[in-house]
Amino acid sequence: MNQFVTQAITLITTAISYGTVIMYGSLGEILTEKSGHLNLGVPGIMYLGGIGGLVGSFIYEMNTANPIPAVCLIIALLSAIICSVLGGLIYSFLTITLRANQNVTGLTLTILGSGVANFFGGSLSKLAGGVGQISVAVTSSAFRATQHLTDGLGAVDRLLFNYGFMVYLAIVIAVLMSFFMNRTSKGLNLRAVGENPATADAAGINVTRYKYLATCTGAAISGLGGLYYVMDYINGTWANDGNIEALGWLAVALVIFATWKPLRAIWGAFLFGALYWLYNYIPGLTRSSQQIFKMLPYVVTIIVLITVSLRHKKEDQPPSSLGLSYFREDR
Amino acid sequence: MIHISKRVDFTLFKGRAAGLNRFVGWGVRLIAVLLSLVVSGLLIYAITRLNPLKVYGVMANGVFGTPRRTWAWLRDLALLLCISVGLAPAFKMRFWNIGAEGQVLVGGIATAACMIFLGSTSIPSVLLLVIMACAAMAAGAVWGVVPAVFKAKWNTNETLFTLMMNYIAIQLTLFFIPKWEHPKGSNTVGLINAVTNRGWITPIVSADAISKMDPNAWTTALVKNTVGQSYFINLLIVLVITVCMYFYLCRSKHGYEIAVVGQSENTARYAAMNVKKVIIRSMTLSGAICGLGGFLAVAGADHTISTATAGGRGFVAIIVAWLAKFNTFVMVLISAMLVFLEKGAVAIASEFSLSNDVSNIITGIILFFILGSEFFINYEIKFSKRSGKGA
Repeated sequence: MNQFVTQAITLITTAISYGTVIMYGSLGEILTEKSGHLNLGVPGIMYLGGIGGLVGSFIYEMNTANPIPAVCLIIALLSAIICSVLGGLIYSFLTITLRANQNVTGLTLTILGSGVANFFGGSLSKLAGGVGQISVAVTSSAFRATQHLTDGLGAVDRLLFNYGFMVYLAIVIAVLMSFFMNRTSKGLNLRAVGENPATADAAGINVTRYKYLATCTGAAISGLGGLYYVMDYINGTWANDGNIEALGWLAVALVIFATWKPLRAIWGAFLFGALYWLYNYIPGLTRSSQQIFKMLPYVVTIIVLITVSLRHKKEDQPPSSLGLSYFREDR
Repeated sequence: MIHISKRVDFTLFKGRAAGLNRFVGWGVRLIAVLLSLVVSGLLIYAITRLNPLKVYGVMANGVFGTPRRTWAWLRDLALLLCISVGLAPAFKMRFWNIGAEGQVLVGGIATAACMIFLGSTSIPSVLLLVIMACAAMAAGAVWGVVPAVFKAKWNTNETLFTLMMNYIAIQLTLFFIPKWEHPKGSNTVGLINAVTNRGWITPIVSADAISKMDPNAWTTALVKNTVGQSYFINLLIVLVITVCMYFYLCRSKHGYEIAVVGQSENTARYAAMNVKKVIIRSMTLSGAICGLGGFLAVAGADHTISTATAGGRGFVAIIVAWLAKFNTFVMVLISAMLVFLEKGAVAIASEFSLSNDVSNIITGIILFFILGSEFFINYEIKFSKRSGKGA
């Protein structure tokens, strides 16, 4: 029984840290989609955020004798946000101003983001003069610092206080976003833009500005997911294994699972994390059948997608103008 | 004051670029490609300090330097083109089939399964290849038709549905790899039927036959570099599909129905077209051709199956199909360019010991430029002297 409890705790903590990456990605995407833009570039943006933070703190740590953890944090966060917002800006300019197709632009952004990130991740040490494996120890430990209540061994400590600050930040962002979208007039305007931009435009809402702001802020939030993955989940290094891309697509799936609601994304993310890692805790699985378990998040998402379309519940539907560009003079 | 207005175009059926004169439209795209090459050149210079012109020379040599390299280019071109052509009916119908990656993979799985389980039987080789191709097409069609049925019946969002199907296909591939792995413990399938070559697409004229020909005659060289190449068949199959698809979309009743449904479902209904039937039929076709892409990848190129069998081509093909405006002949040009860039960038990377990912950066930049240029083709910008008011 005791072993069972230990295993359960390990599963939950793994699910929470893994889920946090997905949560950031999907929170950003929820904000973007609420403005009517389906950004399939989330994996690319997460890549950009991850590599941006890594390169920023790498340069700082390499050029400073005694890096200060707080400065490391700020530099990593800022450079991650700048890089991911740049990615978001490319997407916004093409889809909002130039009205390019959103799916195609998003997919291109994913290609570009993964290219840029893996290129710099792979070539960084060579370009910087051959220092070997990139490692940003100080920044990473600042990201991973935990605040335990007691000695850090009790069940409560291990379940609730065993994470770097970004896990809690994700939950705070989700709550704030939910409040913003459902309880403020700006949030109402944003939802109006996503539902019917022509009506919103007629009501005097600056559609272009809302779309730009939502997409770029969304990109910043998604990019933090990449940063969290790089700095906390894999301890401040770079792995060219396509994991960020897989997580990015899980984030897109989570948006559907959460039916475009930030609060649902919180537990949805943890559920996705748990489903993904469940195979580790089920005895007697072969290497083959493990893969069937990893399929679960996607299967669950499809089921949600179908149920949502079957039930026609108004509050669960995607934003009506999702994926369509808005041109004022269109009929 | 800037005033933007849409160029109007009422040609529905022939699928040409809207508005602008066709040639001006292509001129705009050409300028976009040239601009993007300048930007990528500057980027390469910024990173490597190498002369960009020299870099492009290395690229050309890396792709066309030897017949072998050129055939590798043609092989990848054929695969990308096959998937793009497969997407054409779906996209023309405005059905966002983002699931090509998955459809290719399940096609590949079906092909590999046939190779493994029927490879040791005494079925004639040609028949075996036909069975494999049919199995691949059936698998791809199933993968494509499931989201289509839900879209047709309950209007389930097809973009997200097909996207999820990709990952189920990837996990399915990972499920089969340990079952079929060879050698044991390698976690890869390895070359299937490496000794017997059963189920491999082999050259029409074998290497033996060529060696018996007069080595000095020009025909020998010609035969050796065309029908003597195993990728020749891949190319041939895909070109036939490309031509057929062009006429299917532009000259057949089905193609017309697809175009009408794509423009307006209500119009289609008003014209007494069975929209559900059109959606399901077109997606079956789309999935089947993408599945055939999986067959070409496994039987005609890799002779193994892994998650890299599709290798992101399913996503790139979406961009190709969209940029070509569903014209399959334009797809040939665009996929030729993209595969050239990919191969060329890999050549740069190995020449200057950079990471291969540089190819994704260049591809991304060029696609962004072409996507942006569409705006100037679809919209008209007028500058008026009045300031303040207007628009």
